[in-house]
Amino acid sequence: MAGILVYALHDDEGNFNKNSLGAISEAAKLAGELGTEAAAVVVGDVSDDAAAGLGAYGAAKVHRCSSAPEGLAQPIVDVMAKVIADNGFSYALFGGGLLGFEIGAGLTARLNGGVTMEVTAVKVADGKLVAERPVLQDSAIVDVGYVGEPGIIIGRLNAFDANETGGTAEVEDVEVELSEWSTQAKMRTRGEQRGADVNIEDADILVGGGRGLGEKDNFKLAEELAEVLGGAVAATRAVVDAGWYPYAAQIGQTGKTVAPKLYLAAGISGAIQHKVGMQSSENILAINKDPNAPIFEFADLGVVGDLHKIMPKLTDAIRAKRGG
Amino acid sequence: MKICCLVKEVPDAAVQKRIDPNTKRLDRSGEKNLNPFDTHALEAAMQIREGGKVDVDEIVAVTMGPESAVRALHKAVALGADRSIHLTDASLAGSDVCATGYALARVLESEQPDLVLLGQQSDDGECYTIGAVVADHLKMPSLTQVIQIDVEDGALVCERQAEYGYDTVEVTLPAVISVGDAINEPRYPSLKAIMGAKKKPLDTKSTADVGIEASQVGEEGSKTQVLEIARPPQKEAGEVFEDEDTNETVEKIVAWLDERKLL
Repeated sequence: MAGILVYALHDDEGNFNKNSLGAISEAAKLAGELGTEAAAVVVGDVSDDAAAGLGAYGAAKVHRCSSAPEGLAQPIVDVMAKVIADNGFSYALFGGGLLGFEIGAGLTARLNGGVTMEVTAVKVADGKLVAERPVLQDSAIVDVGYVGEPGIIIGRLNAFDANETGGTAEVEDVEVELSEWSTQAKMRTRGEQRGADVNIEDADILVGGGRGLGEKDNFKLAEELAEVLGGAVAATRAVVDAGWYPYAAQIGQTGKTVAPKLYLAAGISGAIQHKVGMQSSENILAINKDPNAPIFEFADLGVVGDLHKIMPKLTDAIRAKRGG
Repeated sequence: MKICCLVKEVPDAAVQKRIDPNTKRLDRSGEKNLNPFDTHALEAAMQIREGGKVDVDEIVAVTMGPESAVRALHKAVALGADRSIHLTDASLAGSDVCATGYALARVLESEQPDLVLLGQQSDDGECYTIGAVVADHLKMPSLTQVIQIDVEDGALVCERQAEYGYDTVEVTLPAVISVGDAINEPRYPSLKAIMGAKKKPLDTKSTADVGIEASQVGEEGSKTQVLEIARPPQKEAGEVFEDEDTNETVEKIVAWLDERKLL
């Protein structure tokens, strides 16, 4: 079979990742065009029902390796390499996310296959898959084809929509002997939440703060502005990693995806990893002192200037307007 | 302990980047610089050395690229590497991720490092992947996007942000670790270090020197092929203006918000 194999990531409660489900739906659609089937791989503790349930998104079959741990890439490389070798899959597809990058890259080395990352669309041409990938800060799109098999496709966050159509998948348990080096990394704690639990996904207005705020205390500029606007505060990965703001407020690649009516980006450069989490916002307003910041390429209104001067005055002006 | 840092020369952030329509490769002419993410890897190596929990005998900067890539090595040495290795060969041009990872792994094999550090992504494109490709070839454990490294009993305890929050992972050496920019603030090289960088040992190696099979690298060894390059549909450009008079700027923003019924 020349099918497409998808890795389905899940959390410690067994909930599958939205991007993985999207990748399964995408694989099922492409497999239909290629005249083949899509299958999924799961590792760790996944119940029969949960595994079979991936059929609802288009997986014909689910290969389950319960003895391999979830959460680290290399054991999953071992599992997928064996499933691909035993079943002859032509492609491996990953939804957006950190583990997909790592597993896909590991498989590339292991199976000597081509890899394309940050893929936003996949199409069929002459009975083969072609991956579309934006490059150079999204200023160009390249079509990438594969030489030989397997071809490895790593999607960009939110590139593929999950499509629930019903049905159940056949579940097959596989035993895989893990490579010696795959067990040399061990998870101590997984999915630790840092900082307060804040809700940014339901807000109509978000004020996003980035490194340009300068220091942790300056988040109060964002908070005061968000308050008068009746919105919430979001953050970039850089400032969350720096401990300036809670993880729950993070937008982008390893954070939340939002689409508020207004996204006010304060001191945010607009790197791809952030952009993928907020580009669907209805209105984007950016304040940044760097005129070359990529955010200005997709903001609806951009202000090149010092946010420390602009934000307090903007807060006062909106407060006055709303009060009056 | 020997630490190898993989570094890369990338077009300077201020340079307009383009793809050569004939070769379908990134046009790498123009001003270049050391990939900013790699400076964090070098700084991480220096901090492990200075941390004193493990003896670091050597920090070696390794790059693959054309002649000009020597400048990235000089910068890496100025930032703290003791010596550097330059893998350069005409046959390497056009290598994709798969081929590049293989070639770098061959160079590293000849060095037998205890730890390989690299930046999690490069400014010019290939993101998150090279570390994991190299690690599989070297049969070493690997972790990417790491934002904290602690040495504990000869092993590394690493933190990183994954899909569900922060993970803490213990990694046995030898290992390949790619780091994010939140891991540290790279130091500025001293004038003395910059001046002395060209005097530190620099080995130039060809593919034959490290046993790279020609069929596995360059265009021939690459498993992906760029078929076409297109301009993406352009979103209508928004208005961008400079803040000259902040009161006027604020008025303009408020009017814009009001017009869109966002107030």
